[in-house]
Amino acid sequence: MNVVVCVKQIPDPAVPGELTSDHRLKRDGAKAILDESDSYGVEMALQLVDKAGSGEVILVSMAPNGEVSGLRQALAMGAARAVLVSDDALAGADALTTSKILAKAVERAGGADLVLAATESSDGYTGTVPAQVAELLGWPSLTFAKQVDIADGKVTIQRQTEAGYDVVEASLPAVVSVTAGVVEPRYPSFKGIMAAKSKPVDQVTASDLGVATGATGQEITAVTQAPERQAGEKIEDDGTGFERVVAFLEDLKVI
Amino acid sequence: MKIWVFAESENSNPTTATLEMVTKARELGGTIEAVYVGTDADAVATGLGEYGVSKVHAVDPQGGLVGVVGAAAIAGMVDAEAPDLILFAQTYDGRDAIARLSARLDRTVLTNGMSLAVDGDSVTVGTAVFGGTLLVDAKFTGEKPYLAAIRPKSFAAEPGGATTASVAQVGTVDAGRGGEAKVLERHVEEREGPKLEEAAVVVSGGRGIGEEANYGPLVDSLANLLSGASGASRAIVDAGWVPYSKQVGQTGKTVKPKVYIALGISGATQHMVGMKGSDNIIAINKDGEAPIFSVADLGIVGDVTKVVPQLIEAIKAKG
Ligand SMILES: Cc1cc2nc3c(=O)[nH]c(=O)nc-3n(C[C@H](O)[C@H](O)[C@H](O)COP(=O)(O)OP(=O)(O)OC[C@H]3O[C@@H](n4cnc5c(N)ncnc54)[C@H](O)[C@@H]3O)c2cc1C
Ligand SMILES: Nc1ncnc2c1ncn2[C@@H]1O[C@H](COP(=O)(O)O)[C@@H](O)[C@H]1O
Repeated sequence: MNVVVCVKQIPDPAVPGELTSDHRLKRDGAKAILDESDSYGVEMALQLVDKAGSGEVILVSMAPNGEVSGLRQALAMGAARAVLVSDDALAGADALTTSKILAKAVERAGGADLVLAATESSDGYTGTVPAQVAELLGWPSLTFAKQVDIADGKVTIQRQTEAGYDVVEASLPAVVSVTAGVVEPRYPSFKGIMAAKSKPVDQVTASDLGVATGATGQEITAVTQAPERQAGEKIEDDGTGFERVVAFLEDLKVI
Repeated sequence: MKIWVFAESENSNPTTATLEMVTKARELGGTIEAVYVGTDADAVATGLGEYGVSKVHAVDPQGGLVGVVGAAAIAGMVDAEAPDLILFAQTYDGRDAIARLSARLDRTVLTNGMSLAVDGDSVTVGTAVFGGTLLVDAKFTGEKPYLAAIRPKSFAAEPGGATTASVAQVGTVDAGRGGEAKVLERHVEEREGPKLEEAAVVVSGGRGIGEEANYGPLVDSLANLLSGASGASRAIVDAGWVPYSKQVGQTGKTVKPKVYIALGISGATQHMVGMKGSDNIIAINKDGEAPIFSVADLGIVGDVTKVVPQLIEAIKAKG
């Protein structure tokens, strides 16, 4: 069984984010890393392929400037190879354009039985890409999975809901988005890190995939500073701090 | 302007998130219609009518995922019905629906909306980035219908414009292979007290509560005592101490209670974006430099395992 994982390479979130003059997320400068949300998908894919006994884990990613550092992290975890789409024309791409690229990249990767993605990315968090990719591929989308099982050509997930979870099933091939914390992502071994350096990364452009770039149908009109909330009083607890809380709640008539 | 709302329900009533969008649509003016995927459309339509929805397009879920079937149904109707703007709640099913519809219709999406403005034909959606420190407005420039997803709790829900919503049954929908995803079972987790998003008091615990076993005696107890709901930071959700449904923040719920009490939560931007809109914030944290204090109306620099039991006793003593 072959599993394709969508992995986003994002600027290190430990470095505070900035917008460029044309209101895009600044992506140069900070070193790109594998979005932590996607490390769960990579781990899940490795486990599923391992369980199936054959097949490989293939990565697809769209990132500027031929960025591979995040891909190398995932390759070091054990993925076999990657398709990277990098193209200046994709700067400022919206979620749908990204999805068109990823859907074509999945086809280029070849032979996928399952596509995994995270429920939302850490930097953009549009939160629509997995289901958009599924619709473009014409496949079922099973979203917000907190457990994934594959058997007899079917995928069954526990899908997070407002009230608890639903058990949802579909035949393969399908797209599944996984929530954070579903599995414990492994740390790459030294051997893995060395091996990752020579694993194949197939780098292509949007036009190689036949995806049109250009107008996205949306435009940023204003960026403003959010009003800041003022801090109130802050006291050191000397054993009577709870009394201040009681008084505060009484003032509000909560108690 | 003809605005459609992708309606969701709970116990045959429209969800609060749905009614928030309907209320906002009423303020923007024009015709408001809903698309509802479920077998109890008549009951849900009654609730929607009280908020000004004039017509409900009812879709049979056919055992599939509400968002997937809904998207296919809407795609089949837009040419004839010509809605200008379709609103979805930023929820599990709402996200499925807007995503699949976007790909079907080849339209961009604006998601995580927290404000919405209409000026003639132009529609602007406002979102917060970088943990709510920057507000970004974006407008649609392509073809209609425009597709936007709105974060719950962005608008108030108020009844008005009461009408009797007519229910138009939409015929069988072909969702293609998307429709092959079937819901086999539903598991409902027990919940006591008010819903997290609707409670007047929310008490949330973070890693600073120390261990899983402390959540009940510290966080749940205080929440129950104040007739509130208990919430959590992502740190303890990821650690498996409490279910995801309790998570407050960017990837969890937005809450705006009268009082938010943060226990042992540092105040990461991703957490604060989900609770900064609370009327009053109380924080208890042993680190006086914790960012949570920058938004707290009352900050206690102290140990939650000491302060909270004292607080609980004092409130109980007041009876
Ligand atoms: C893409 C993305 C999305 C995210 N979404 C969310 C989200 O939706 N919600 C969310 O909450 N987080 C979210 N996070 C995670 C967020 O960045 C923080 O990691 C998380 O909120 C930290 O949780 P915490 O405050 O409980 O833990 P910590 O940051 O570890 O803080 C624990 C605090 O407890 C205090 N403490 C320790 N012991 C005691 C004691 N005995 N008494 C009192 N205080 C004590 C410490 O001083 C510290 O301030 C997200 C992160 C990313 C990258
Ligand atoms: N540029 C990208 N490259 C690879 N995967 C992506 C990209 N953008 C989004 N994804 C995948 O889609 C998920 C949801 O992204 P989003 O809809 O942007 O929040 C991410 O967590 C990734 O798994």
